[in-house]
Amino acid sequence: MEIDILQQIVIPIIKILFIVHLLIIGVMAMIWSERRVSGWIQDRLGPNRVGPQGLLQPIADGIKFLFKEDLIPNHVDKPLYVLAPAMLLIPAMITIAVVPFGNEITIGGLDPIQLVIADINIGILYILAITSLGVYGVVIGAWASNNKYSLLGGLRSSAQMISYELTLGLAIIGILMLSESLSLRTIAIEQGSNPWQWNFMIHFPAFLAFTTAMFAETNRLPFDLAEAEQELVAGYHTEYSSMKFAIFFMAEYMNMIVGSAVVVTLFLGGWHFFGLENIGGPIWSGVISFAIFFVKTGVFLFVFIWVRWTLPRFRYDQLMNFGWKFLLPVAFTSIVVTGTLWFVTKGSRLWIGIGNLVAAFIVVSIVAGIMAIDNNKSVVQSAPAAPLRGLDAIE
Amino acid sequence: MTAEHVLFFVFGAVSLIGAISVISFRHPIYSALSLIVTFFAQAGLFVLLGAHFVAAVQVIVYAGAIMVLFLFVIMLLNLGTLPAKSALTGKLKGIAVVFGILLAAEIIFIAINAMNDTKVGSETTIEAATAFAENSVTTYDIGELLFSKYLLPFEITSLILLAALIGVIVLVKRENQAEN
Repeated sequence: MEIDILQQIVIPIIKILFIVHLLIIGVMAMIWSERRVSGWIQDRLGPNRVGPQGLLQPIADGIKFLFKEDLIPNHVDKPLYVLAPAMLLIPAMITIAVVPFGNEITIGGLDPIQLVIADINIGILYILAITSLGVYGVVIGAWASNNKYSLLGGLRSSAQMISYELTLGLAIIGILMLSESLSLRTIAIEQGSNPWQWNFMIHFPAFLAFTTAMFAETNRLPFDLAEAEQELVAGYHTEYSSMKFAIFFMAEYMNMIVGSAVVVTLFLGGWHFFGLENIGGPIWSGVISFAIFFVKTGVFLFVFIWVRWTLPRFRYDQLMNFGWKFLLPVAFTSIVVTGTLWFVTKGSRLWIGIGNLVAAFIVVSIVAGIMAIDNNKSVVQSAPAAPLRGLDAIE
Repeated sequence: MTAEHVLFFVFGAVSLIGAISVISFRHPIYSALSLIVTFFAQAGLFVLLGAHFVAAVQVIVYAGAIMVLFLFVIMLLNLGTLPAKSALTGKLKGIAVVFGILLAAEIIFIAINAMNDTKVGSETTIEAATAFAENSVTTYDIGELLFSKYLLPFEITSLILLAALIGVIVLVKRENQAEN
Protein backbone atom coordinates (compact mmCIF):
# COMPACT_ATOMS: atom_id res chain seq x y z
CA MET A 1 0.00 0.00 0.00
CA GLU A 2 2.80 2.36 0.90
CA ILE A 3 4.52 1.72 -2.40
CA ASP A 4 1.23 2.36 -4.18
CA ILE A 5 0.93 5.82 -2.66
CA LEU A 6 4.52 6.53 -3.59
CA GLN A 7 4.06 5.32 -7.17
CA GLN A 8 0.69 6.85 -7.85
CA ILE A 9 0.74 10.11 -5.94
CA VAL A 10 4.18 11.19 -4.75
CA ILE A 11 6.12 10.49 -7.94
CA PRO A 12 3.60 12.19 -10.29
CA ILE A 13 3.57 15.22 -7.99
CA ILE A 14 7.37 15.36 -8.07
CA LYS A 15 7.31 15.11 -11.87
CA ILE A 16 4.71 17.87 -12.17
CA LEU A 17 6.53 20.21 -9.79
CA PHE A 18 9.81 19.57 -11.57
CA ILE A 19 8.43 20.25 -15.03
CA VAL A 20 6.37 23.30 -14.09
CA HIS A 21 9.31 24.91 -12.33
CA LEU A 22 11.57 24.02 -15.21
CA LEU A 23 9.09 25.73 -17.54
CA ILE A 24 9.02 28.91 -15.49
CA ILE A 25 12.81 29.00 -15.13
CA GLY A 26 12.95 28.24 -18.86
CA VAL A 27 10.82 31.30 -19.55
CA MET A 28 13.26 33.45 -17.60
CA ALA A 29 16.20 31.92 -19.40
CA MET A 30 14.45 32.48 -22.74
CA ILE A 31 13.80 36.16 -22.02
CA TRP A 32 17.45 36.63 -21.17
CA SER A 33 18.73 34.66 -24.15
CA GLU A 34 16.34 36.34 -26.57
CA ARG A 35 17.71 39.73 -25.63
CA ARG A 36 21.31 38.60 -25.61
CA VAL A 37 21.03 36.68 -28.88
CA SER A 38 19.23 39.53 -30.58
CA GLY A 39 22.00 41.80 -29.39
CA TRP A 40 24.56 39.40 -30.79
CA ILE A 41 22.73 39.12 -34.12
CA GLN A 42 22.46 42.91 -34.42
CA ASP A 43 26.06 43.40 -33.29
CA ARG A 44 25.28 45.18 -30.04
CA LEU A 45 25.58 44.16 -26.40
CA GLY A 46 22.14 43.53 -25.02
CA PRO A 47 21.44 43.59 -21.27
CA ASN A 48 24.70 42.84 -19.39
CA ARG A 49 24.51 44.94 -16.24
CA VAL A 50 22.42 42.94 -13.74
CA GLY A 51 24.48 40.02 -12.52
CA PRO A 52 27.14 38.20 -14.53
CA GLN A 53 26.46 38.60 -18.27
CA GLY A 54 23.11 40.17 -17.35
CA LEU A 55 21.80 36.80 -16.16
CA LEU A 56 19.70 38.37 -13.41
CA GLN A 57 17.95 40.71 -15.85
CA PRO A 58 14.74 38.61 -16.00
CA ILE A 59 14.52 38.70 -12.20
CA ALA A 60 14.92 42.46 -12.24
CA ASP A 61 12.21 42.65 -14.90
CA GLY A 62 9.96 40.41 -12.83
CA ILE A 63 10.40 42.58 -9.74
CA LYS A 64 9.63 45.64 -11.80
CA PHE A 65 6.43 44.08 -13.13
CA LEU A 66 5.36 42.98 -9.64
CA PHE A 67 5.76 46.41 -8.11
CA LYS A 68 4.12 48.36 -10.91
CA GLU A 69 0.63 49.62 -10.28
CA ASP A 70 -1.93 47.12 -11.55
CA LEU A 71 -3.91 49.42 -13.80
CA ILE A 72 -7.34 48.44 -15.10
CA PRO A 73 -8.69 51.04 -17.56
CA ASN A 74 -12.25 52.24 -17.00
CA HIS A 75 -13.57 51.27 -20.42
CA VAL A 76 -12.70 47.57 -20.31
CA ASP A 77 -14.97 44.61 -19.69
CA LYS A 78 -13.52 43.83 -16.29
CA PRO A 79 -14.17 40.09 -15.72
CA LEU A 80 -12.91 39.06 -19.16
CA TYR A 81 -10.06 41.56 -19.05
CA VAL A 82 -8.76 39.90 -15.90
CA LEU A 83 -9.44 36.39 -17.17
CA ALA A 84 -7.73 36.70 -20.57
CA PRO A 85 -4.05 36.45 -19.53
CA ALA A 86 -4.80 33.25 -17.62
CA MET A 87 -6.67 31.85 -20.62
CA LEU A 88 -3.50 32.20 -22.62
CA LEU A 89 -1.05 30.99 -19.98
CA ILE A 90 -2.89 27.88 -18.79
CA PRO A 91 -3.15 26.12 -22.17
CA ALA A 92 0.53 26.91 -22.76
CA MET A 93 1.38 25.29 -19.44
CA ILE A 94 -0.75 22.13 -19.48
CA THR A 95 0.30 21.03 -22.96
CA ILE A 96 3.59 19.85 -21.50
CA ALA A 97 1.75 17.14 -19.52
CA VAL A 98 1.88 14.62 -22.36
CA VAL A 99 5.34 15.42 -23.70
CA PRO A 100 7.91 12.77 -22.69
CA PHE A 101 11.01 14.56 -21.47
CA GLY A 102 13.18 11.46 -21.21
CA ASN A 103 13.05 7.69 -21.28
CA GLU A 104 12.68 6.13 -17.83
CA ILE A 105 14.45 5.98 -14.51
CA THR A 106 14.61 2.92 -12.25
CA ILE A 107 15.31 3.70 -8.62
CA GLY A 108 15.78 0.92 -6.08
CA GLY A 109 13.10 -1.76 -6.13
CA LEU A 110 10.45 0.45 -7.68
CA ASP A 111 8.91 0.05 -11.11
CA PRO A 112 10.61 2.06 -13.85
CA ILE A 113 9.45 5.67 -13.70
CA GLN A 114 8.53 6.97 -17.12
CA LEU A 115 9.73 10.51 -17.60
CA VAL A 116 6.40 11.90 -18.73
CA ILE A 117 3.63 13.35 -16.58
CA ALA A 118 0.81 11.50 -18.34
CA ASP A 119 1.36 9.03 -21.15
CA ILE A 120 -2.21 9.01 -22.46
CA ASN A 121 -3.10 7.11 -25.60
CA ILE A 122 -4.41 10.20 -27.41
CA GLY A 123 -1.37 12.37 -26.64
CA ILE A 124 -1.22 14.14 -29.98
CA LEU A 125 -4.93 14.87 -30.05
CA TYR A 126 -4.62 16.30 -26.55
CA ILE A 127 -1.89 18.64 -27.75
CA LEU A 128 -3.95 19.75 -30.76
CA ALA A 129 -7.00 20.26 -28.55
CA ILE A 130 -5.17 22.36 -25.98
CA THR A 131 -3.27 24.36 -28.60
CA SER A 132 -6.52 25.26 -30.29
CA LEU A 133 -7.69 26.80 -27.01
CA GLY A 134 -4.80 29.23 -26.79
CA VAL A 135 -6.54 31.52 -29.26
CA TYR A 136 -9.23 32.37 -26.68
CA GLY A 137 -6.79 34.24 -24.48
CA VAL A 138 -5.80 36.48 -27.38
CA VAL A 139 -9.34 37.00 -28.69
CA ILE A 140 -10.93 37.63 -25.30
CA GLY A 141 -8.11 39.89 -24.20
CA ALA A 142 -8.45 41.86 -27.40
CA TRP A 143 -12.20 42.20 -27.14
CA ALA A 144 -12.32 42.97 -23.42
CA SER A 145 -9.78 45.79 -23.86
CA ASN A 146 -12.47 47.68 -25.78
CA ASN A 147 -9.88 49.29 -28.00
CA LYS A 148 -9.79 49.34 -31.80
CA TYR A 149 -6.16 48.37 -32.09
CA SER A 150 -6.55 45.54 -29.63
CA LEU A 151 -9.59 44.22 -31.47
CA LEU A 152 -7.83 44.37 -34.83
CA GLY A 153 -4.90 42.47 -33.35
CA GLY A 154 -7.21 39.88 -31.87
CA LEU A 155 -9.11 39.36 -35.14
CA ARG A 156 -5.90 39.02 -37.10
CA SER A 157 -4.45 36.58 -34.68
CA SER A 158 -7.55 34.39 -34.52
CA ALA A 159 -7.77 34.23 -38.33
CA GLN A 160 -4.10 33.32 -38.43
CA MET A 161 -4.34 30.69 -35.71
CA ILE A 162 -7.38 29.01 -37.26
CA SER A 163 -5.67 28.89 -40.66
CA TYR A 164 -2.39 27.48 -39.42
CA GLU A 165 -3.98 25.01 -36.99
CA LEU A 166 -5.12 22.98 -40.00
CA THR A 167 -1.55 22.57 -41.19
CA LEU A 168 -0.44 21.76 -37.67
CA GLY A 169 -2.95 18.93 -37.45
CA LEU A 170 -2.49 17.54 -40.96
CA ALA A 171 1.31 17.58 -40.97
CA ILE A 172 1.54 15.00 -38.21
CA ILE A 173 -0.77 12.45 -39.83
CA GLY A 174 2.11 10.94 -41.80
CA ILE A 175 3.93 10.26 -38.54
CA LEU A 176 0.85 8.72 -37.00
CA MET A 177 0.54 6.39 -39.98
CA LEU A 178 4.08 5.07 -39.59
CA SER A 179 4.20 4.82 -35.81
CA GLU A 180 0.61 3.54 -35.55
CA SER A 181 0.09 5.30 -32.26
CA LEU A 182 -1.16 8.60 -30.89
CA SER A 183 0.97 8.39 -27.76
CA LEU A 184 3.95 10.72 -27.86
CA ARG A 185 6.08 8.27 -25.88
CA THR A 186 5.49 5.52 -28.42
CA ILE A 187 6.26 7.92 -31.27
CA ALA A 188 9.53 8.90 -29.60
CA ILE A 189 10.49 5.26 -29.00
CA GLU A 190 9.60 4.29 -32.57
CA GLN A 191 12.12 6.72 -34.02
CA GLY A 192 15.26 4.84 -33.00
CA SER A 193 18.68 6.09 -31.98
CA ASN A 194 20.24 7.55 -35.10
CA PRO A 195 19.36 10.86 -36.76
CA TRP A 196 18.59 9.22 -40.11
CA GLN A 197 15.85 7.19 -38.43
CA TRP A 198 14.12 10.22 -37.02
CA ASN A 199 10.87 11.50 -38.44
CA PHE A 200 12.26 14.71 -39.88
CA MET A 201 14.20 12.63 -42.42
CA ILE A 202 11.16 10.56 -43.38
CA HIS A 203 8.68 13.45 -43.38
CA PHE A 204 10.89 16.40 -44.22
CA PRO A 205 8.20 18.54 -45.97
CA ALA A 206 5.74 17.83 -43.15
CA PHE A 207 8.46 18.80 -40.66
CA LEU A 208 8.93 22.16 -42.38
CA ALA A 209 5.18 22.72 -42.59
CA PHE A 210 4.67 21.79 -38.94
CA THR A 211 7.49 24.00 -37.73
CA THR A 212 6.28 26.96 -39.77
CA ALA A 213 2.72 26.50 -38.55
CA MET A 214 4.02 26.35 -35.00
CA PHE A 215 5.81 29.67 -35.45
CA ALA A 216 2.48 31.09 -36.57
CA GLU A 217 0.66 29.55 -33.60
CA THR A 218 3.04 31.18 -31.16
CA ASN A 219 2.53 34.58 -32.85
CA ARG A 220 6.24 35.05 -33.34
CA LEU A 221 7.93 36.93 -36.13
CA PRO A 222 7.55 36.57 -39.09
CA PHE A 223 3.95 35.87 -38.06
CA ASP A 224 3.42 38.50 -35.37
CA LEU A 225 0.76 40.50 -37.21
CA ALA A 226 -1.37 40.33 -34.07
CA GLU A 227 0.97 42.74 -32.34
CA ALA A 228 2.55 44.56 -35.26
CA GLU A 229 3.73 47.60 -33.34
CA GLN A 230 3.96 49.95 -36.32
CA GLU A 231 0.30 49.37 -37.13
CA LEU A 232 -1.46 48.32 -33.94
CA VAL A 233 0.51 49.87 -31.04
CA ALA A 234 0.92 46.49 -29.34
CA GLY A 235 -2.06 44.54 -30.67
CA TYR A 236 -4.15 42.51 -28.28
CA HIS A 237 -2.21 43.46 -25.14
CA THR A 238 -2.14 47.24 -25.73
CA GLU A 239 -4.30 47.91 -22.66
CA TYR A 240 -2.46 45.56 -20.34
CA SER A 241 0.18 46.67 -17.89
CA SER A 242 2.26 45.35 -14.99
CA MET A 243 1.80 41.67 -14.10
CA LYS A 244 -1.06 41.07 -16.53
CA PHE A 245 1.17 42.09 -19.40
CA ALA A 246 3.93 39.94 -17.91
CA ILE A 247 1.61 36.93 -18.04
CA PHE A 248 0.96 37.50 -21.75
CA PHE A 249 4.69 37.77 -22.19
CA MET A 250 5.37 34.58 -20.23
CA ALA A 251 2.69 32.72 -22.16
CA GLU A 252 4.42 33.53 -25.44
CA TYR A 253 7.72 32.11 -24.23
CA MET A 254 6.06 29.14 -22.61
CA ASN A 255 4.32 28.39 -25.90
CA MET A 256 7.69 28.48 -27.60
CA ILE A 257 9.27 26.09 -25.11
CA VAL A 258 6.39 23.63 -25.24
CA GLY A 259 6.25 23.89 -29.03
CA SER A 260 9.95 23.12 -29.29
CA ALA A 261 9.54 20.15 -26.96
CA VAL A 262 6.71 18.85 -29.17
CA VAL A 263 8.75 19.24 -32.35
CA VAL A 264 11.71 17.47 -30.75
CA THR A 265 9.45 14.60 -29.69
CA LEU A 266 7.59 14.28 -32.98
CA PHE A 267 10.31 14.94 -35.53
CA LEU A 268 13.75 15.09 -33.92
CA GLY A 269 13.87 11.74 -32.17
CA GLY A 270 12.86 12.76 -28.66
CA TRP A 271 15.53 11.70 -26.19
CA HIS A 272 17.52 9.60 -28.70
CA PHE A 273 21.00 10.55 -29.81
CA PHE A 274 23.32 7.91 -31.34
CA GLY A 275 22.54 5.43 -28.59
CA LEU A 276 24.00 7.76 -25.98
CA GLU A 277 20.73 7.46 -24.03
CA ASN A 278 21.34 3.75 -23.38
CA ILE A 279 24.72 3.98 -21.63
CA GLY A 280 24.94 4.19 -17.86
CA GLY A 281 22.93 2.32 -15.28
CA PRO A 282 19.18 2.38 -14.74
CA ILE A 283 19.41 5.82 -13.13
CA TRP A 284 22.02 7.48 -15.30
CA SER A 285 20.49 6.43 -18.62
CA GLY A 286 17.31 8.21 -17.54
CA VAL A 287 19.19 11.33 -16.56
CA ILE A 288 21.18 11.28 -19.81
CA SER A 289 18.01 10.84 -21.89
CA PHE A 290 16.53 13.86 -20.13
CA ALA A 291 19.71 15.84 -20.77
CA ILE A 292 19.61 14.96 -24.49
CA PHE A 293 15.98 16.06 -24.71
CA PHE A 294 16.80 19.26 -22.83
CA VAL A 295 19.69 20.14 -25.14
CA LYS A 296 17.67 19.39 -28.28
CA THR A 297 14.83 21.60 -27.08
CA GLY A 298 17.34 24.34 -26.27
CA VAL A 299 18.86 24.18 -29.73
CA PHE A 300 15.44 24.41 -31.31
CA LEU A 301 14.59 27.40 -29.11
CA PHE A 302 17.70 29.08 -30.44
CA VAL A 303 16.31 28.56 -33.95
CA PHE A 304 13.15 30.33 -32.78
CA ILE A 305 15.13 33.40 -31.74
CA TRP A 306 17.34 33.22 -34.80
CA VAL A 307 14.34 33.26 -37.14
CA ARG A 308 12.74 36.13 -35.28
CA TRP A 309 15.74 38.39 -35.72
CA THR A 310 16.38 37.34 -39.31
CA LEU A 311 13.06 37.43 -41.16
CA PRO A 312 10.85 40.49 -41.66
CA ARG A 313 7.13 40.36 -40.99
CA PHE A 314 4.69 38.97 -43.57
CA ARG A 315 2.01 41.14 -45.11
CA TYR A 316 -1.50 39.96 -44.27
CA ASP A 317 -2.33 38.60 -47.74
CA GLN A 318 1.08 36.92 -47.93
CA LEU A 319 0.35 35.28 -44.61
CA MET A 320 -2.97 33.87 -45.80
CA ASN A 321 -1.58 32.83 -49.20
CA PHE A 322 1.34 31.09 -47.58
CA GLY A 323 -0.80 29.22 -45.10
CA TRP A 324 -3.55 28.11 -47.43
CA LYS A 325 -1.75 27.74 -50.75
CA PHE A 326 1.64 26.35 -49.72
CA LEU A 327 1.63 24.82 -46.26
CA LEU A 328 -1.78 23.15 -46.46
CA PRO A 329 -1.13 21.45 -49.85
CA VAL A 330 2.27 20.29 -48.58
CA ALA A 331 0.64 18.76 -45.51
CA PHE A 332 -2.03 17.05 -47.65
CA THR A 333 0.62 15.73 -50.04
CA SER A 334 2.52 14.25 -47.16
CA ILE A 335 -0.57 12.32 -46.07
CA VAL A 336 -1.35 10.97 -49.54
CA VAL A 337 2.26 10.09 -50.40
CA THR A 338 3.04 8.50 -47.05
CA GLY A 339 -0.12 6.40 -47.19
CA THR A 340 0.39 5.29 -50.78
CA LEU A 341 4.08 4.47 -50.46
CA TRP A 342 3.52 2.71 -47.16
CA PHE A 343 1.09 0.44 -48.95
CA VAL A 344 3.18 -0.03 -52.12
CA THR A 345 6.63 -0.48 -50.59
CA LYS A 346 5.45 -2.32 -47.47
CA GLY A 347 6.55 0.46 -45.17
CA SER A 348 10.04 1.21 -46.51
CA ARG A 349 11.13 4.37 -44.66
CA LEU A 350 13.68 5.25 -47.36
CA TRP A 351 11.15 5.31 -50.19
CA ILE A 352 8.61 7.18 -48.13
CA GLY A 353 11.24 9.81 -47.32
CA ILE A 354 12.26 10.25 -50.97
CA GLY A 355 8.65 10.21 -52.17
CA ASN A 356 7.66 12.86 -49.68
CA LEU A 357 10.45 15.18 -50.79
CA VAL A 358 9.75 14.76 -54.50
CA ALA A 359 5.99 15.11 -54.14
CA ALA A 360 6.27 18.22 -51.98
CA PHE A 361 8.65 19.77 -54.48
CA ILE A 362 6.23 19.09 -57.35
CA VAL A 363 3.23 20.47 -55.44
CA VAL A 364 5.03 23.63 -54.38
CA SER A 365 6.26 24.20 -57.95
CA ILE A 366 2.74 23.82 -59.33
CA VAL A 367 1.28 26.26 -56.79
CA ALA A 368 4.08 28.76 -57.38
CA GLY A 369 3.57 28.43 -61.14
CA ILE A 370 -0.15 29.07 -60.90
CA MET A 371 0.42 32.08 -58.67
CA ALA A 372 3.03 33.49 -61.03
CA ILE A 373 0.64 33.14 -64.00
CA ASP A 374 -2.12 34.84 -62.00
CA ASN A 375 0.19 37.69 -61.07
CA ASN A 376 1.22 38.18 -64.71
CA LYS A 377 -2.40 38.30 -65.82
CA SER A 378 -3.29 41.00 -63.33
CA VAL A 379 -0.23 43.01 -64.33
CA VAL A 380 -1.02 42.78 -68.05
CA GLN A 381 -4.68 43.69 -67.74
CA SER A 382 -3.98 45.99 -64.82
CA ALA A 383 -7.45 45.09 -63.64
CA PRO A 384 -8.56 46.83 -60.44
CA ALA A 385 -8.23 44.50 -57.53
CA ALA A 386 -11.49 43.07 -56.26
CA PRO A 387 -12.84 45.09 -53.33
CA LEU A 388 -11.57 43.70 -50.07
CA ARG A 389 -14.16 42.00 -48.01
CA GLY A 390 -14.45 40.55 -44.55
CA LEU A 391 -11.13 40.26 -42.81
CA ASP A 392 -9.13 41.90 -45.52
CA ALA A 393 -11.32 44.95 -45.27
CA ILE A 394 -10.55 45.31 -41.59
CA GLU A 395 -6.91 44.86 -42.17
CA MET B 1 -18.08 7.00 -3.79
CA THR B 2 -15.09 6.42 -6.00
CA ALA B 3 -13.10 9.14 -7.71
CA GLU B 4 -15.11 8.52 -10.88
CA HIS B 5 -18.35 9.25 -9.04
CA VAL B 6 -17.06 12.51 -7.68
CA LEU B 7 -15.73 13.55 -11.08
CA PHE B 8 -19.01 12.63 -12.72
CA PHE B 9 -20.94 14.95 -10.43
CA VAL B 10 -18.38 17.72 -10.82
CA PHE B 11 -18.46 17.56 -14.62
CA GLY B 12 -22.24 17.18 -14.63
CA ALA B 13 -22.69 20.22 -12.41
CA VAL B 14 -20.25 22.33 -14.42
CA SER B 15 -21.93 21.35 -17.67
CA LEU B 16 -25.38 22.22 -16.28
CA ILE B 17 -24.24 25.53 -14.84
CA GLY B 18 -22.57 26.36 -18.15
CA ALA B 19 -25.70 25.47 -20.09
CA ILE B 20 -27.89 27.63 -17.88
CA SER B 21 -25.45 30.53 -18.13
CA VAL B 22 -25.58 30.33 -21.93
CA ILE B 23 -29.22 31.40 -21.90
CA SER B 24 -29.17 33.64 -18.85
CA PHE B 25 -26.23 35.92 -19.68
CA ARG B 26 -27.37 39.08 -21.43
CA HIS B 27 -24.17 39.47 -23.41
CA PRO B 28 -23.46 37.16 -26.39
CA ILE B 29 -19.71 36.90 -25.63
CA TYR B 30 -20.40 35.64 -22.13
CA SER B 31 -22.96 33.20 -23.51
CA ALA B 32 -20.44 31.84 -26.01
CA LEU B 33 -17.82 31.41 -23.30
CA SER B 34 -20.33 29.57 -21.11
CA LEU B 35 -21.03 27.23 -24.00
CA ILE B 36 -17.29 26.48 -24.21
CA VAL B 37 -17.30 25.61 -20.50
CA THR B 38 -20.19 23.22 -21.16
CA PHE B 39 -18.31 21.55 -24.02
CA PHE B 40 -15.35 21.09 -21.72
CA ALA B 41 -17.40 19.46 -19.01
CA GLN B 42 -18.90 17.15 -21.59
CA ALA B 43 -15.44 16.20 -22.83
CA GLY B 44 -14.71 15.32 -19.21
CA LEU B 45 -17.80 13.08 -19.11
CA PHE B 46 -16.62 11.35 -22.30
CA VAL B 47 -13.25 10.67 -20.67
CA LEU B 48 -15.05 9.09 -17.71
CA LEU B 49 -16.81 6.80 -20.18
CA GLY B 50 -13.44 5.76 -21.59
CA ALA B 51 -14.09 7.50 -24.90
CA HIS B 52 -10.86 9.48 -24.98
CA PHE B 53 -10.95 10.01 -28.72
CA VAL B 54 -14.45 11.47 -28.63
CA ALA B 55 -13.43 13.74 -25.77
CA ALA B 56 -10.43 15.08 -27.69
CA VAL B 57 -12.47 15.57 -30.84
CA GLN B 58 -15.15 17.35 -28.82
CA VAL B 59 -12.60 19.87 -27.61
CA ILE B 60 -10.81 20.23 -30.97
CA VAL B 61 -13.92 20.63 -33.09
CA TYR B 62 -16.40 22.40 -30.84
CA ALA B 63 -14.35 24.32 -28.28
CA GLY B 64 -11.33 24.87 -30.51
CA ALA B 65 -12.79 25.58 -33.93
CA ILE B 66 -16.52 26.23 -34.05
CA MET B 67 -16.74 28.42 -30.96
CA VAL B 68 -13.77 30.49 -32.11
CA LEU B 69 -15.72 31.28 -35.26
CA PHE B 70 -18.77 32.12 -33.15
CA LEU B 71 -16.75 34.55 -31.04
CA PHE B 72 -15.27 35.93 -34.21
CA VAL B 73 -18.70 36.71 -35.66
CA ILE B 74 -19.98 38.17 -32.40
CA MET B 75 -16.96 40.45 -32.20
CA LEU B 76 -17.19 41.46 -35.85
CA LEU B 77 -20.86 42.36 -35.58
CA ASN B 78 -20.11 44.09 -32.27
CA LEU B 79 -23.32 42.87 -30.69
CA GLY B 80 -24.14 44.79 -27.54
CA THR B 81 -25.80 43.64 -24.37
CA LEU B 82 -29.37 42.49 -24.87
CA PRO B 83 -32.05 44.54 -23.12
CA ALA B 84 -32.93 43.21 -19.70
CA LYS B 85 -36.52 42.69 -20.80
CA SER B 86 -37.19 39.37 -22.48
CA ALA B 87 -37.16 39.47 -26.27
CA LEU B 88 -39.81 36.78 -26.33
CA THR B 89 -43.21 38.37 -26.85
CA GLY B 90 -46.57 37.37 -28.21
CA LYS B 91 -46.52 34.35 -30.50
CA LEU B 92 -42.88 33.55 -29.81
CA LYS B 93 -43.62 33.17 -26.13
CA GLY B 94 -46.39 30.67 -26.87
CA ILE B 95 -44.14 28.60 -29.12
CA ALA B 96 -41.37 28.67 -26.52
CA VAL B 97 -43.74 27.43 -23.82
CA VAL B 98 -45.01 24.58 -26.03
CA PHE B 99 -41.52 23.38 -26.95
CA GLY B 100 -40.32 23.80 -23.37
CA ILE B 101 -43.10 21.55 -22.12
CA LEU B 102 -42.33 19.00 -24.86
CA LEU B 103 -38.64 18.90 -23.95
CA ALA B 104 -39.38 18.62 -20.24
CA ALA B 105 -41.77 15.74 -20.95
CA GLU B 106 -39.08 13.97 -22.99
CA ILE B 107 -36.51 14.32 -20.24
CA ILE B 108 -38.92 13.02 -17.61
CA PHE B 109 -39.88 10.11 -19.86
CA ILE B 110 -36.23 9.13 -20.42
CA ALA B 111 -35.44 9.50 -16.73
CA ILE B 112 -38.36 7.25 -15.72
CA ASN B 113 -37.34 4.67 -18.33
CA ALA B 114 -33.79 4.67 -17.10
CA MET B 115 -34.95 4.31 -13.49
CA ASN B 116 -37.01 1.26 -14.41
CA ASP B 117 -34.29 -0.37 -16.50
CA THR B 118 -31.51 -0.09 -13.98
CA LYS B 119 -31.58 0.93 -10.42
CA VAL B 120 -29.31 3.96 -10.43
CA GLY B 121 -26.35 3.59 -8.08
CA SER B 122 -26.86 -0.15 -7.54
CA GLU B 123 -23.87 -2.48 -7.68
CA THR B 124 -24.81 -3.83 -11.09
CA THR B 125 -24.89 -0.43 -12.77
CA ILE B 126 -21.54 0.52 -11.30
CA GLU B 127 -20.09 -2.79 -12.48
CA ALA B 128 -21.57 -2.34 -15.92
CA ALA B 129 -20.17 1.17 -16.16
CA THR B 130 -16.72 0.01 -15.06
CA ALA B 131 -16.76 -2.84 -17.54
CA PHE B 132 -17.82 -0.44 -20.25
CA ALA B 133 -15.01 1.95 -19.40
CA GLU B 134 -12.47 -0.88 -19.42
CA ASN B 135 -13.54 -2.06 -22.88
CA SER B 136 -13.15 1.51 -23.98
CA VAL B 137 -13.44 2.32 -27.65
CA THR B 138 -9.96 3.14 -28.87
CA THR B 139 -9.04 5.37 -31.76
CA TYR B 140 -8.06 2.21 -33.62
CA ASP B 141 -11.56 0.75 -33.29
CA ILE B 142 -13.18 3.97 -34.45
CA GLY B 143 -10.89 4.17 -37.47
CA GLU B 144 -11.53 0.58 -38.41
CA LEU B 145 -15.30 1.02 -38.22
CA LEU B 146 -15.24 4.31 -40.12
CA PHE B 147 -13.29 2.85 -43.03
CA SER B 148 -15.11 -0.49 -43.28
CA LYS B 149 -18.63 -0.78 -41.93
CA TYR B 150 -19.50 2.92 -42.03
CA LEU B 151 -17.50 3.88 -45.12
CA LEU B 152 -20.53 5.03 -47.12
CA PRO B 153 -22.03 7.28 -44.41
CA PHE B 154 -18.54 8.64 -43.77
CA GLU B 155 -18.02 9.55 -47.41
CA ILE B 156 -21.52 11.02 -47.72
CA THR B 157 -20.89 13.22 -44.67
CA SER B 158 -17.68 14.52 -46.20
CA LEU B 159 -19.51 15.23 -49.47
CA ILE B 160 -22.19 17.19 -47.63
CA LEU B 161 -19.54 19.28 -45.92
CA LEU B 162 -17.79 19.85 -49.24
CA ALA B 163 -21.08 20.95 -50.83
CA ALA B 164 -21.63 23.44 -48.01
CA LEU B 165 -18.12 24.83 -48.52
CA ILE B 166 -18.60 25.24 -52.26
CA GLY B 167 -21.99 26.81 -51.64
CA VAL B 168 -20.48 29.45 -49.37
CA ILE B 169 -17.78 30.31 -51.90
CA VAL B 170 -20.29 30.58 -54.75
CA LEU B 171 -22.56 32.86 -52.74
CA VAL B 172 -19.71 35.17 -51.74
CA LYS B 173 -18.35 35.31 -55.28
CA ARG B 174 -21.74 36.22 -56.71
CA GLU B 175 -22.10 39.08 -54.24
CA ASN B 176 -18.68 40.35 -55.26
CA GLN B 177 -19.55 40.33 -58.95
CA ALA B 178 -22.82 42.13 -58.33
CA GLU B 179 -20.91 44.92 -56.63
CA ASN B 180 -18.50 45.23 -59.55
